[in-house]
Amino acid sequence: MATGLADVTSKPEKPVGSHRRQPFGKWFVDKGWRHLVGVAAIVFALLPLAYILSASLNPAGTLTGSNQLFRAISFVNYENILTRDGGIYLTWYWNALVIAVVSSAATVLLCAMGAYAFSRMRFRGRRTGLLALLILQMFPQLLMIVAIFLTMIWITDVFPAIGLGTHAGLIMVYLGGALGVNTFLMYGFFNTIPTAIDEAAKIDGAGHARVFFTIMLPLVTPVLAVIGLLSFIGFIGEFAIASVLLTDPRDQTLAIGLFQLVSGFQSQNWGIFAAGAVLAAIPVMVLFLLLQRYIAGGLIAGSVK
Amino acid sequence: MADVKTETPTGAPPRRRGVEDPGFGPKRRLTSGGIVALVVKVVLLGIIDALAVFGLYVLIGKGDWVAAAVLLAVVALVNYIYLRPGILPGKYLTPGLFFLAIFQVFVIFYTGYISFTNYGDQHNSTKEDAVSQIIRTSQERVPDSPAYAVEIYRQADQYGMFVSEPGGDTAFGTNEQPLEEASGAPDGWERLNLNQILRFQDEVLALNVQVTDDVNDGTLRTQDGSTAFVFTSTLEYDEAADTFTDTESGVVYSDDGEGNFRAEDGTTLTPGWRVVIGWENYAYAFTNEQIRDPLIRVVIWTFAFAFFSTFLCFALGLFLAIVFNHPTLRGKKFYRILVILPYAFPVYLTGLVWAGMLNEEFGFINEVLFGGANIPWLSDPWLARLSVLVVNMWLGYAYMFLVCTGALQSLPDDVIEAAKMDGAGAWRIFRSIKLPLLFVAVAPLLIATFAFNFNNFPVIFMLTGGNPRFTDTTLPIGSTDIMITMVYKIAFGSGGGRDYGLASALSILIFIIVAIIAAISFRQTKSLEDLH
Repeated sequence: MATGLADVTSKPEKPVGSHRRQPFGKWFVDKGWRHLVGVAAIVFALLPLAYILSASLNPAGTLTGSNQLFRAISFVNYENILTRDGGIYLTWYWNALVIAVVSSAATVLLCAMGAYAFSRMRFRGRRTGLLALLILQMFPQLLMIVAIFLTMIWITDVFPAIGLGTHAGLIMVYLGGALGVNTFLMYGFFNTIPTAIDEAAKIDGAGHARVFFTIMLPLVTPVLAVIGLLSFIGFIGEFAIASVLLTDPRDQTLAIGLFQLVSGFQSQNWGIFAAGAVLAAIPVMVLFLLLQRYIAGGLIAGSVK
Repeated sequence: MADVKTETPTGAPPRRRGVEDPGFGPKRRLTSGGIVALVVKVVLLGIIDALAVFGLYVLIGKGDWVAAAVLLAVVALVNYIYLRPGILPGKYLTPGLFFLAIFQVFVIFYTGYISFTNYGDQHNSTKEDAVSQIIRTSQERVPDSPAYAVEIYRQADQYGMFVSEPGGDTAFGTNEQPLEEASGAPDGWERLNLNQILRFQDEVLALNVQVTDDVNDGTLRTQDGSTAFVFTSTLEYDEAADTFTDTESGVVYSDDGEGNFRAEDGTTLTPGWRVVIGWENYAYAFTNEQIRDPLIRVVIWTFAFAFFSTFLCFALGLFLAIVFNHPTLRGKKFYRILVILPYAFPVYLTGLVWAGMLNEEFGFINEVLFGGANIPWLSDPWLARLSVLVVNMWLGYAYMFLVCTGALQSLPDDVIEAAKMDGAGAWRIFRSIKLPLLFVAVAPLLIATFAFNFNNFPVIFMLTGGNPRFTDTTLPIGSTDIMITMVYKIAFGSGGGRDYGLASALSILIFIIVAIIAAISFRQTKSLEDLH
């Protein structure tokens, strides 16, 4: 079933003898309407993106002033967001990046280790373990946010360095949800790698760590990339848990900072918010576009399994 | 079992080229990897053990023996798993399971416990803390009390007061320790100069030294760091009877068993303290009119939101997938990339950007697309719900588009060819062959998407914040709130005070609903059969 996934966005099929002239009516029924739909879909998809880009470039900086798309071009909003409050925007940016990079890297590693164990080893409680993960992932951490908050208060008393208000604490909380959500996708992928490969390595004397790090991980790189990217996108935009655990403005992330920027004074701060939003969105979108082929593949592999 | 399969090589013994330590069989080595693996292992375990020792020290210092025992057991287990050869699955699963156990499993049970307490803004500590808090906040300066000359001292983050009483005696005391006669500050305490007093103003103002062992005799407080006055509470605490008595009106407040000191007329003293109150939060959710009716509306809307969001995203995604799934369509690749861009836009920004575009007075939609109309997109309950659905569709259809495109491309050609041979038209082929096959592939995803949307916090919170507010309740909830945003606002919202107990009870109710959905979907998709 997963064979077609490379087609999703790449590899245009070779047109077979389609260059003969067709009457317009026939062409329209076959293909023309598809272009109309395509243009409409693109307008729907891109209008908000074009709007926010235009608003970020508009020196008026208010909500009303942002309605005429690309009327005036200036970078004053970008300057303002970057210098605001002693450059706090860059601090948020840095915090968000650090938290997301560390969390998603750790997520990938923990999930890969878990998937390796479930896929390659046979042990008591394996089935139960898989089932428990499947069930646990149905309960998002957001539901336990009160208990997480109170647990973190308690941890603060014992280990202040990883307690409330610290990035390390937030990352630990994120890792609590890491295993449940992604292990399955990886588990399915690990299962597609023939066991003959790692068994041959073992016969050659490689230890389990060597098999895992130098043989398995390179073979499953695509799924590692997908999970890494998806969890990176998830962590960089996570709002609720971060907003509860990080109280000092200097420790907060882009999501919280930008939310606070417009939640009270939407109209006045619109220009600088727009600039902040564009800067926040660009790296994620670039990364996404570069890796979208794998994402599509990963999603479909996960769905069709 | 694992040991047999993974530790002992089957067949020939491991005496081949490239094997480190040929003299040692795998069973006798500390680690199956090389020296690097051993060093990494020892260093990591060393860090964990060092942290654990520190934690044990703190916990035992606090007298928290249960936590200390748990910590000790966990660390011992971790050391055992990594130092003993074998237990291979444990070595790979432990790090993930460790975090899972604390921040997913433990907190589920903890949520259950909190839901049976009155934990919240008004009840966030122990009874002892509440008593001293009540005494301190109800203090007034004793009329005509003499002025005491004081000096402020500091040691680490503790503050103390050296007092020269009007009679000539001198004494020293801190927040924890009542005044005791002393000729000077104890060793190790450093006197604050004027600058430091200004710098640590908050701490100095919070300094509150009991005059005697009995808290009812009053405390010394200073405004400027050089003179102090006696303050006594207008409320007198009687430890034996466990009651507060107002020294002016004579009203008696006694422990009502629900974490408050309550007078006979029903007024309570704040703060209260944390107690287990049983099913009260649940009963409140089901019987109190202030919350029952809004709660029912929120639950219905949560289901409607999850259902329609999933349906709309799937419908649009599938439609576009079919439109662009044409063998010779020009620009197909171009369309596909542009159409999935919303999926790459960070979710939290989506809500905020659309909130600006949908603004009633200045927004792009009203001003430009509707020629200056004032359509209350986000302030009319039904339009707000519609807006939430449309925005979530914008956000979510690309995912469905990707999935459907992939599934369409992997449909078997021969079946479709056969149908064409039999004379079926395009619509018939789609309805009777493609769609059923597609559903088989995407049904689990649709259920997952439904479950995801059921708890889709950011879209609601960023776009409408749950508004417009319900007018018939004091809780900070509104027409577009789904259950998860309601829980968040009740627990951490600014208006109406934080009520952790009630929020946890509502979380538990969501758990139950999610569990029912999960059970049904398991039965439907039989996804468990994949677990071989």
